Amino acid sequence: MCGACGTAVEDVALNREKTSGATQEFEFSVPSMSCGSCVAKIESAMAQLPGVESARANLTLKRLLVYATDDITDHAIIERLKSLSFDAFRIDDEAKADTEHQAKARSLLRAMAVAGFGSANIMLLSVSAWSGADGATRDLFHLVSALIAVPVVLFSGQPFFRSALSGLSVGRINMDFPISLAVILALLMSIFQTMTGQPEAYFDAAVMLLFFLLIGRYLDQLMRTRARNAVVSLSQYATKQAIVVGQNGDTSTIEADQIETGMVLRLHAGSRVPADSTIISGSTDIDRSMVTGEAEPVSARSGDSLEAGTLNLTGSVDVRVDKPVNQSFLAEVTRMLNAAEQGKSQYIRIADRAARIYTPAVHTLAGAAFISWMMYTGGDWQVSLLVAISVLIITCPCALGLAVPVAHVVSASQLFRHGLLMRDGAALEKLANVTRAVFDKTGTVTMGIKTVDAMPHLSAAHHNAIATLASHSSHPSSMAICNHLKPFAAVELEAIKELPGHGIEAIYQGKRLFIGRGADESTTIMVDDAVLGTVSFTEQLRPGARNCLNTLRQAGISTQLLSGDSSVAVERIANRLGISDFHFGQTPKDKMSHVSAAGDGEAGNTLMVGDGINDAPCLAAADVSIAPSSAADVGRQASDFVMARDSLDVVPWAIVMAKRTDRIVRQNFALAIIYNCIAVPLAFLGYASPLFAAIAMSLSSIVVIANSLRLMHTSAPANAVKENKVGPVGGNLQEGAVA
Amino acid sequence: MNQLVFLIPVALFLGGVGLVAFLWCLKNGQFDDPQGAAERILQDD
Repeated sequence: MCGACGTAVEDVALNREKTSGATQEFEFSVPSMSCGSCVAKIESAMAQLPGVESARANLTLKRLLVYATDDITDHAIIERLKSLSFDAFRIDDEAKADTEHQAKARSLLRAMAVAGFGSANIMLLSVSAWSGADGATRDLFHLVSALIAVPVVLFSGQPFFRSALSGLSVGRINMDFPISLAVILALLMSIFQTMTGQPEAYFDAAVMLLFFLLIGRYLDQLMRTRARNAVVSLSQYATKQAIVVGQNGDTSTIEADQIETGMVLRLHAGSRVPADSTIISGSTDIDRSMVTGEAEPVSARSGDSLEAGTLNLTGSVDVRVDKPVNQSFLAEVTRMLNAAEQGKSQYIRIADRAARIYTPAVHTLAGAAFISWMMYTGGDWQVSLLVAISVLIITCPCALGLAVPVAHVVSASQLFRHGLLMRDGAALEKLANVTRAVFDKTGTVTMGIKTVDAMPHLSAAHHNAIATLASHSSHPSSMAICNHLKPFAAVELEAIKELPGHGIEAIYQGKRLFIGRGADESTTIMVDDAVLGTVSFTEQLRPGARNCLNTLRQAGISTQLLSGDSSVAVERIANRLGISDFHFGQTPKDKMSHVSAAGDGEAGNTLMVGDGINDAPCLAAADVSIAPSSAADVGRQASDFVMARDSLDVVPWAIVMAKRTDRIVRQNFALAIIYNCIAVPLAFLGYASPLFAAIAMSLSSIVVIANSLRLMHTSAPANAVKENKVGPVGGNLQEGAVA
Repeated sequence: MNQLVFLIPVALFLGGVGLVAFLWCLKNGQFDDPQGAAERILQDD
């Protein structure tokens, strides 16, 4: 039934005895949780973990909420989930930014419920009035309607009134202004007509208008952008303190902001480099992954320069500061990220663009209706106002308000079901227009796992000894060699020593074994200074990578590979993927220039797929960006989509989905406009009775919703790739580009 | 005409009960995980 978990599930005891210590709240995203038995399996495993007080899985959001004591770390919980083959990552920070949005969505839902209640009851009374009630009965019905409508409008109309007022206070008339105007005028007019015992009242139209608009508003709120906070989490790479070496060799600790150019700092193993500097004594291995994206440590010795934020792994070194902290590499990345995110918020969504044309048009029409009826009837303000109100009500953007949010919500839930989490609703609109895709190499098109490509032939004794030696190091190259030589029998080694920046050595049966950097910088295996041979490595491609790039190319989207890695490694991967446009040795700044150079052209949007801290400015600067879930926090927060599964197949599929969504949204707008073309002249001529307005309004809304629901029928990404071999998906993409 | 005096309040009252019930459910998180709730019925605990 469910692929992600097994079958049988035991009973679950959720609530355990409360233990001492403060309760912590952990929230995880568990994208592969897909059925009821996954839920039971996860919850029972959590209940058995020591320190966990209670756990509750949410299948709809694919999240897990764990209450635990201090005894347990989030890491232990993630490990436990991994052992059940569920990938999980913590989302506390994002979830916190989320609560404000949730509160807003909830209050909209409340307003919607009240409006729904009101419109149902008023409709009941109105139908009776339309079907022939007259005289005192009709007046009673209108009176009861008024008693319901007034509080309902006052409560449910608040989101619109508030937005209209805040728009007015800065001198702008937004889409909520005509809505508020129509609702209030209709309400006042109807009260007046009820008081004077006239045959028609507009309570139903006013309240139903609110109801339909609130549906759209609620769905739209679900899709709203979360506050991005990538810049904040980048600051965790900045060191707060540093150790200064004085002229006579004494050391003292200072705050990071007191670091000056020319100072000599001592960096111990495991500390981050506080400022851009040059090594003056000692040698070590440096984790430069935040600069290049490469996980493999780089050796550094006297005279080499270090970037701020990189991690000193193995040795203690003295460095001289070259640049002030605020001009360091890290500060530069932070600035680029800031600038990129500001640029991104300038995008105007399609619904807002529509509203800009729409709002003045509605006011002009209603005003024209009032004036022309005043002239036609010779100053009968009651009839003229009635016509003007019906024009306002009929043109009110029910269908227009639903056109975008419904399509986006349906599409986002489809993307989510296939493992793509959308962080920004506008991203879907921009994804539909992608003409260029830029990929990062390590961790994005490759899995970041090294495998051995070629290995010298080893005798049985050497085989076991080398494998045992390699198993003693956690360096990626050693791990790859160890994996390659499996199975092996462990042997006794003496004096195992890891040489920072060089390799690992040990004594075996009186001979010195060495794996590490040889004379020509390649990984060499030596026995007593005699070279046995060199090892070459390759990287494992991410599943679906080749298919993804082929599909994109067939769809006419140009592809580019950017990497901080060396030319040979990048070229090899580019050739395997058939990418002709590749660039190696790229710094974050170089990558930025590639991405934004493309962004300047009006032709189409650029999609960036990347994962590292070094990609974060690019991810934020690109029109649309996708990050794998294995990406650094900064990368995930800077991107629009997060891939919850390993396969890249989802990337071209998401573009197809975005194009389909775009088409549906355009159809929805067309439907709304057609409806207006028919309804507005009737209202203008005074033929729009309340009954007509109510039916027309509901009908147009229902048609738009039904059209959007067509997005539910979408083939899964894996199918899309299979079909791709014969061509139809590529065809679809192009067809979408034309439509 | 006379029965309306009873029927209208009754209709409003019933509708109001539905509204209050919905708002109560919303506040208590009944709508937080509709998919999970559907699956949990099938678990035998």
